[in-house]
Amino acid sequence: MADDLPPPERHERFRGEYPIVVEGLVNKFGEQTIHDQLDLKVKRGEILGVVGGSGTGKSVLMRSIIGLQIPSAGEIKVFGRSITEAEPDEVLGVRDRWGVLFQGGALFSTLTVGENVEVPLNQFYPEISEHLRHEIARYKVVLSGLPENAVSKYPSELSGGMKKRAGLARALALDPELLFLDEPTAGLDPIGAAAFDRLTLELKETLGLTVFLITHDLDTLHEICDRVAVLADKKVIAVDTVPNLMELDHPWIQEYFNGPRGRAALTAQALDELRQHMDRPIAAHAVKALDKADAAKDKAK
Amino acid sequence: MDGLAQFEVDEGADGGATLALSGPYLISTIGGVDEDLRGLDREFSKVDLSEVSEIDTVGAWVACSLATEHNAEIVGASDRAQRLMKALEGSHEGEAVSAPRAQLLQRVPEAIGEKVYNGRRGFMGVLGFLGALLVAAGNVIRHPSRFRSLALVRQMELVGVSALPIVGLMSFLIGVVIAQQGAVQLAQFGAETLTVNLVGRITLRELGVLMTAIMVAGRSGSAFAAQLGTMKLTEEVDAMRTIGISPMEALVIPRILAAIIMMPLLGFYACATAIIGGAVIGDVMLGIPFWTFLFRIQEVVPTYDLWVGLIKAPVFGLIVSLAGCYHGMKVENDSEQVGLRTTMAVVTGIFAVIVLDAFFAVFFTKVGWA
Repeated sequence: MADDLPPPERHERFRGEYPIVVEGLVNKFGEQTIHDQLDLKVKRGEILGVVGGSGTGKSVLMRSIIGLQIPSAGEIKVFGRSITEAEPDEVLGVRDRWGVLFQGGALFSTLTVGENVEVPLNQFYPEISEHLRHEIARYKVVLSGLPENAVSKYPSELSGGMKKRAGLARALALDPELLFLDEPTAGLDPIGAAAFDRLTLELKETLGLTVFLITHDLDTLHEICDRVAVLADKKVIAVDTVPNLMELDHPWIQEYFNGPRGRAALTAQALDELRQHMDRPIAAHAVKALDKADAAKDKAK
Repeated sequence: MDGLAQFEVDEGADGGATLALSGPYLISTIGGVDEDLRGLDREFSKVDLSEVSEIDTVGAWVACSLATEHNAEIVGASDRAQRLMKALEGSHEGEAVSAPRAQLLQRVPEAIGEKVYNGRRGFMGVLGFLGALLVAAGNVIRHPSRFRSLALVRQMELVGVSALPIVGLMSFLIGVVIAQQGAVQLAQFGAETLTVNLVGRITLRELGVLMTAIMVAGRSGSAFAAQLGTMKLTEEVDAMRTIGISPMEALVIPRILAAIIMMPLLGFYACATAIIGGAVIGDVMLGIPFWTFLFRIQEVVPTYDLWVGLIKAPVFGLIVSLAGCYHGMKVENDSEQVGLRTTMAVVTGIFAVIVLDAFFAVFFTKVGWA
């Protein structure tokens, strides 16, 4: 039983270097092999982006790590505890230390946003008074960037972007150390996506989170990810920073980062960085030149 | 000591007291001290966080709200605590977490009014649906090439063929029960042989078709509602419309037609198995040989009893499938509706069938098929 754990274990933060360690993971669906001997380590305090073409098993990897998908072989350790071999009760000791944001938000549709946030609180800490629980739900919703009156709304009354934020508030309900985000910016408009990226980064810094982030969004990768893991050929073929990855000579990586969209995202980021140093003449000059080039391109069209 | 959140109020030298918090202030430990901290009636001007070993947003929230409530100042906060408290700025109390719930006195009349209003709208909705169905049927008759025979055959298999085992078993058992219970009562008049009349007439006229209709409502009416409802949610129905396919023609007509065609067949099959069930009991318990039972049926049951059952069957099929398709096409917004509409499809389907059956009973008696 989780209650029988000695009390210090319930609030000690993980101090090791790698909160998530995946070794030799094999996932098979019938004849089809999704992962074959996949290895991955996530560093504490980093935002790890996970990219890969459609069908390379990004979501399956996440589901394996959080224990929703039982792998065919291999070992997965979260906070030093094995997820694959753990008894269900033992996994409980890990469940209250991570938060998961599913692709569609996965909010419980019969509960309001505030009640959604209260569900994990009720589940793990029933001793918290109702008053404090309401307060916690309220500030988590505000922390996730929703207006305060969203607390009493039902998920069907929210837009797609707000649903994701509400899902994030529920994922953050227990002050987790580990946050899983499954394509958080998919389906958001560029402004909403950029705001969500900023929010992720801010939360990671204030709350000291480790973030496992599945994404297709090149801007997200450039802006907030410390490292990026690339899934291809049923394995993680590389884990590194974006500039280092772009040096690699793998056809998929080249296509991904150096394709038209990849280059556009890179240029946008370079411009952003240059703009921060406008006091230096060379930077100002470069920005002007690039802006002119863009304008000329538009005219040509 | 370590592992528990604690607090203490120190009287300071300069008049202002200090609330000193110590230990971990985390979501896992806060439950023990929160009530006590809230109930604190001592005044203090400082909240000292320097002894706090660990803190998360919940601890920071509690410290912040204590400080605001007592007009105190926070001292000794670690970098992390300061960062957390800064992030929490801008949240206020006030907004209720649950949606507002009206008073009982208001809720009851409101619910009744809604039911009445929805009842009227539901009636109009069914009429509209029936109209759209007739228009679609007219279109199909004028352009027979648009008729989807493949979908019809597929639905006929689902509604009819795959229902054979369960309908057969159910009717067989009903035949057994009627024969056995009837024989016990009839034995009191020494009229056990009339069990044959009882089983034959009641299954052919009423129970065979009625029970089949209830089974089809549970099996197929619910399936229609759930399938169409899910297709509406995933925008498949909208996609069909944009391509120029009428969902009425492609989805609804094959289903309703399949139910109308299969119901008489299933009903006849149900009557036959029920009579066989009765004959088995007759053989085992009453000493009427199996074949004699079946020959007696021919003699004591008038042919119009069979027509009574078979005329009702397609009408029941229409009602049940209409309820399923109507509620399926009415699904909107969220997945909860699919479950709700499926339940309503089955309930209204069965209810309508039983009401209609009563009308049929009166009608057939009046026309002399008693």
